[in-house]
Amino acid sequence: MTAQAHSSTPSSAPADFTAARPEWLDGLWLILPTLLIVLGMMVVPLIGIVVVSFWTQTGFDILPAWNLDNYRVLFTEEGALYRILIMKSLWMSLTATIAVVVLAYPMAYFMAFRIEKSKLIWIILLTVPFWTSYLLRIFAWKVILGFNGVINSGLKFVGFIDKPLEFLLYNPTAVTITLAHAWAAYAVLPIYVSLEKIDRSYLEAAQDLGDSKWKRFWRITFPLSLPGTISATLLVFIPTVGDYITPTLVGGTSGIMIGNSIVTQFGKANNAPLGAALSCIMMLAITLAVCAFLAAIGRKRLKAADI
Amino acid sequence: MESLRKHFNLLSLFAVLYLAFLYVPVLLLPLFSFNDNIYVTLPFKGFTLKWYENLMANSALQAALWASVKVGVGVSIGSTFFGLLAARAMTRYRIPFRRGIYALIMLPLVIPYMVIGVSTLVILRRGLDVDLSLWTVGASHVLITVPLSMLVLIARMEGFDRSLEEASRDLGDSAWQSFRRVTLPLVMPGIVSSLLLCFITSFDEYLLAFFLAGSEATLPIFIFSSLRFPSKIPDVLALGSLILMVSIVLVVFAEWLRRRGVSGSDSSVL
Repeated sequence: MTAQAHSSTPSSAPADFTAARPEWLDGLWLILPTLLIVLGMMVVPLIGIVVVSFWTQTGFDILPAWNLDNYRVLFTEEGALYRILIMKSLWMSLTATIAVVVLAYPMAYFMAFRIEKSKLIWIILLTVPFWTSYLLRIFAWKVILGFNGVINSGLKFVGFIDKPLEFLLYNPTAVTITLAHAWAAYAVLPIYVSLEKIDRSYLEAAQDLGDSKWKRFWRITFPLSLPGTISATLLVFIPTVGDYITPTLVGGTSGIMIGNSIVTQFGKANNAPLGAALSCIMMLAITLAVCAFLAAIGRKRLKAADI
Repeated sequence: MESLRKHFNLLSLFAVLYLAFLYVPVLLLPLFSFNDNIYVTLPFKGFTLKWYENLMANSALQAALWASVKVGVGVSIGSTFFGLLAARAMTRYRIPFRRGIYALIMLPLVIPYMVIGVSTLVILRRGLDVDLSLWTVGASHVLITVPLSMLVLIARMEGFDRSLEEASRDLGDSAWQSFRRVTLPLVMPGIVSSLLLCFITSFDEYLLAFFLAGSEATLPIFIFSSLRFPSKIPDVLALGSLILMVSIVLVVFAEWLRRRGVSGSDSSVL
């Protein structure tokens, strides 16, 4: 891009990379407020919580007594609960994420390749359920699966069962189903976008060169849709590990997750440093899981995915 | 051709079932909001509007609703403004450390709200001794919505021909004039999407509000605490149904606006 006419204007033109005043400085000014928000509201607090995780709580005060006790406790007998909760949270999120992505992919495929005219209608149809409050979407599953819920009272009404089925609600499976429902749109949309971007002539070429439909899908469509599929996976997995609402509403005692015990440490248990350490461990665990996932996909594809 | 048709049918069937899976739980809420039974259970007992009438009398609910609207409007305007500046910087300037800055701004999207919530709480209360209020909720909501806004607006700004701006500059417009007269109208659909997305995100956010609201309840906090009391649940269902209705009207309206604004445009709603 060559700049010609802009040199006559004194202020630097957005498109002009050769102006006297460094043009990138203007850009930096534009992005500065956002950068400050992220630094002040996220980076500083994150540093803060890492620091606090090395301190000690005594009574109502947090003492800046540097030590590793909050982490050490995780490897002792009394910390077994936290170890189990972290592993369980990762596992529950993982199953929910797999369920979400596996169900979302065909839907995204359908929207990208089968719908021709009214794509927008389908996108809106897909997003409308997500305009209800997240809390109420979760609560809806309590209404469905509960002791006196739709399934139980319905089955009882038609005479299939005498007493309510108790295994439906308040367990890890209920949490997984509920999460799979609550996060569906977050997975369909990114996958849809990357499927939509695929140059249709590649598919025609593959077909002309004699690929069967399945072969064409695995050799062209699926690899090219990986960026969206990977973002969908991460978009669902990362936030659900730390979820608090879902396990609280539908998880019962067996379905609680690490988020519940972090809230407890900052609330009832009044041990902010331990809560901080648990938060750090949770983030570390998520980061490791994500790295393992990305490594499994392979660096080459990762590069193509451009995350 | 025959096998293709079969394939088509299977996939269509899946799509319909998938939509049913998404809709049935959500549609149960309005259904039960008209049911004349304090317990949310089958069979339906009869039609009533009393849960909706209860809403009118519930002052705690109205206060929470008002608080959420205030925070949501403020957050959506603030985030969209900052997001617009940031998206402009990202798409039209060669800023140093561009990728690093981009990744940093996107970071709040991949950090669990739980962690953002507790760490902000620790800094505000222990570090700075700031009193919790709707302002602290709003600030944390700006943090999580600014990346959304920037994403939406970058997509929009990359979507149109840059030579339009250059043409306006060549024809003698100042940088601001060309931004206002060319860029802004073209980006407007993105701005509307961003405002909506940020509002909805803030309006619906529970965890950060739970940690940072102090004594003032936002609507999700109110709803969450109501869910523990069976007697309050029908009211909450009525409220949720109303919110759903208003959001659908809003989305359809925004879509209609967007279509009027740009005829025959792309299909990206986000």
